[in-house]
Amino acid sequence: MQRIGVFVCWCGSNIAATVDVAAVSDTLKNEPGVVFSTNYQYMCSESGQNILKDAIRDYQLTGVVICSCSPRMHEATFRKAAAAAGLNPYMVEIANIREQCSWIHKDKAAGTEKAIILGRAAIAKVHLNAPLTAGESPVTKRALVIGGGIAGIQTALDIAEAGFEVDIVEKQPTIGGKMTQLDKTFPTLDCAACILTPKMVDCAQNENISIYAYSEVEEVKGFVGNFHVKIRKKARYVDTTKCTGCGLCTEKCPVKKVSNEFNLGLDNRRAVYIPFAQAVPKVATIDADHCNMLKSGKCGLCAKVCTAGAIDYKQKDEIIDREYGAIVVATGYQPIALDKYDEFAYSQSKDVVTSLEFERLTNAAGPTGGTLLRPSDGTHPHTLVFVQCVGSRCEDDGRGKSYCSKICCMYTAKHAMLVREKYPDTEVYVFYIDVRTPGKNFDEFYRRAVEEYGVHYIKGMVGKVAPRADGKLMVQACDLLANEQLHIEADMVILAAAIEPDPSARHLATMLTASMDTNDFFTEAHPKLRPVESPTAGIFLSGVCQGPKDIPETVSQASAAAAKAIGLLAKNKLTCNPCVAHSDEWMCNGCSACEKVCPYGAITYMDKEFRMPDRTTAIRRVASVNPAVCQGCGACTVACPSGAMDLDGFSNSQIMAEVDAICKMK
Amino acid sequence: MSKEFDREQILRTSGVNPRKCMRCGKCSATCPSYDEMEYHPHQFVYMVEKGQLDELMASKSIYKCLSCFACVERCPRGVEPARLVEAVRLQVVRQQGNNHLKANDIPALLDDDLPQQAIVTALRKYSK
Amino acid sequence: MQNEMTTFKPKIVAFCCNWCSYAGADLAGTNRLTYPADVKIIRVPCSCRVNPMFILRAFQRGADGVIICGCHPGDCHYTTGNYYARRRMTLLFSMLDFLGIEKERTRVEWVSAAEGAKFAATMNDFVATVTKLGENKRLEDLRCKK
Repeated sequence: MQRIGVFVCWCGSNIAATVDVAAVSDTLKNEPGVVFSTNYQYMCSESGQNILKDAIRDYQLTGVVICSCSPRMHEATFRKAAAAAGLNPYMVEIANIREQCSWIHKDKAAGTEKAIILGRAAIAKVHLNAPLTAGESPVTKRALVIGGGIAGIQTALDIAEAGFEVDIVEKQPTIGGKMTQLDKTFPTLDCAACILTPKMVDCAQNENISIYAYSEVEEVKGFVGNFHVKIRKKARYVDTTKCTGCGLCTEKCPVKKVSNEFNLGLDNRRAVYIPFAQAVPKVATIDADHCNMLKSGKCGLCAKVCTAGAIDYKQKDEIIDREYGAIVVATGYQPIALDKYDEFAYSQSKDVVTSLEFERLTNAAGPTGGTLLRPSDGTHPHTLVFVQCVGSRCEDDGRGKSYCSKICCMYTAKHAMLVREKYPDTEVYVFYIDVRTPGKNFDEFYRRAVEEYGVHYIKGMVGKVAPRADGKLMVQACDLLANEQLHIEADMVILAAAIEPDPSARHLATMLTASMDTNDFFTEAHPKLRPVESPTAGIFLSGVCQGPKDIPETVSQASAAAAKAIGLLAKNKLTCNPCVAHSDEWMCNGCSACEKVCPYGAITYMDKEFRMPDRTTAIRRVASVNPAVCQGCGACTVACPSGAMDLDGFSNSQIMAEVDAICKMK
Repeated sequence: MSKEFDREQILRTSGVNPRKCMRCGKCSATCPSYDEMEYHPHQFVYMVEKGQLDELMASKSIYKCLSCFACVERCPRGVEPARLVEAVRLQVVRQQGNNHLKANDIPALLDDDLPQQAIVTALRKYSK
Repeated sequence: MQNEMTTFKPKIVAFCCNWCSYAGADLAGTNRLTYPADVKIIRVPCSCRVNPMFILRAFQRGADGVIICGCHPGDCHYTTGNYYARRRMTLLFSMLDFLGIEKERTRVEWVSAAEGAKFAATMNDFVATVTKLGENKRLEDLRCKK
């Protein structure tokens, strides 16, 4: 018989307001096996934990039930406290009477009754608990960073700096991500390339960092500390060890009309290309969809001009197998497609552009060499209209996103300011719903745009943009403060498109078994206290893949994710989850049913000698579970026809006892 | 009849929840008869929420709305201001006990500048 | 009699997987979304841990409804556990139906960790459905009654 202690937490008034905590602890005192029962204001506080520790020692408790918040919140806390008092941590069970009782029930009588039943179920389970000892598994001291934008670069640099190997996998031909496309960065207006490209070079030169550009993660297996990853290195048709990045091939290639994705289709590139001058790795890539040689076998001009002999039309995709201890996701974002926003005429007029396209149009390395020209006719625009919140903060209507994209207010202020500074003859209008500028020096920046640069900020949305035959754009908008409708003849309209997670993220999340929210942003383990970890152990989150954020925030989150990954890699051994399956060898009949359902391949069969009751020796085929590989899902326990397989911590008898306790309520 | 009753009746017939509005003004920005209206679509949402119904019900604006539903189409929050305008109008018509205008009277009031859509919606508006 | 019908409180056992649905239930609590206190949740590591025996035992001991919640297909923390649960439960539920335990008393629902609202709505709906069906008398072990 166990000696069980019951501890009921008030959680201030969170539990005590709708659950009579004294009644719960008094009632549970009479349960069989309970030798001690009490209630306290904050069980998780230090004094609360001391009550637990003292009771374990004073009453020689062999099992503990804590009626408190969700086990997802404080199970680890109480287990640690129990261990400190000399009790096996797995003899602690939590009855969730906050999230699943006091917070959802308004009626105190019903809440109290339910709390008692949940307490009884936990007591029934503890009766059948057995002390468990966690095993250990080794840690592969190498990290994988998926995504080579500023988030991935910063994470990789920090991990490498700590002395661990890092691989960056980037699907584009170069690392750098969206930040390479930006012109200036708010709020200090330093040029994006000037602060980013040195970091890219650092990545390339750091001996701890390997860059797999133009590659994608194909398969992820394993678990924290021991991930096995297959990386598909897509064929560039260029030998990266030979290519010097001289760019001669890109000048001679006869296929000239391929839309240049780096400039967002505002100009063209060749079929063999280097995305931009500071690309890392700076090697050429042949676009197989457009290359004449690869399509029809007729050309081969690039191979002829290449003095290094780097062109290889027969190159194939390469699969690389690597092992990692930690994985950092830094897949970033993309602006949403605006084809459903007909009212802004984005698909109808070349002069209606997204803000990212506007970055290219004002970038010195962009298609216009940094001179702001209308894309339609190459003339100088005089009136510019910026529209904020295009697709952000929308009700779920199939066009936009429900969240605020966070960065648009600031980059629009930046664009408006830069245009006014460079071209004082322009009129710049910004239509906003709210200007959201929380951040260091952010509001001052926005105020400068209004006060010093005379940007017209107008509260109200643009309702319609109509291209006129003479090339002007008629903007119809509302000034809510003046209560009048405005009709502006604009030369260019710039739409602050909402941002969304990169489309590759969902597939990746499935491979990583990491969870996502309804907007496809990765979810963090705790929204406040564990913001850079995924709930899946060993997976960390860096940058916009977790939620919209600007560059300063991305970089700080990237470093935070790196710190968490370093913390993991610095360990030599990891404590495994002791709640793993085990098979009763006497009951096992060697049918292989469990082996077939195990998603981890943790079950193997072996022939073992058994001394039978009649004193003969028999060799029987029995299942054996590798506790380091088993993740404790329990699929095998249900598949087992003889009932030999059971799961520690969630055994058949334990769950059955919980069912009994819950159903026995009359 | 009480103002509260009017307000509830309007919200019920329109099915609009004015609290969803985030005051972006896209409805008024998009409205083709903005200049004709004394109270504009975004003000309808705000004023119904605040219970300022007497002004709205006395206003000519409820007949100036073309029922083109551009504001319904473009509202990012799905508030549907035009339905609210129509509900206010309906409330007035119902309280008058008879139609503001008979369908037979409409042809005489038409002129060439009137948009097609207005002719079609005139019937919908005035014969409830 | 009439009064007894209206105050009938069903006994409902919910098995929730630790990674998605249990977290979804926690989220429902965090967002203060109410659902009847008749639902009692048992935490299991994965929906595939739910042995058909547990469900039979619940009905035997007087449960009026059993619901199993797991991660959405494709989102299982253990990759494929919820598919196993789906297959097993499809078979079990059709057998229970044959035994006279109506299909409405048993349910498998996918609730992610982000779907607190869905969890509460599902539970509200399930409790309403089971309440309408009334007390479950089939399979009940009278020896278990006091």
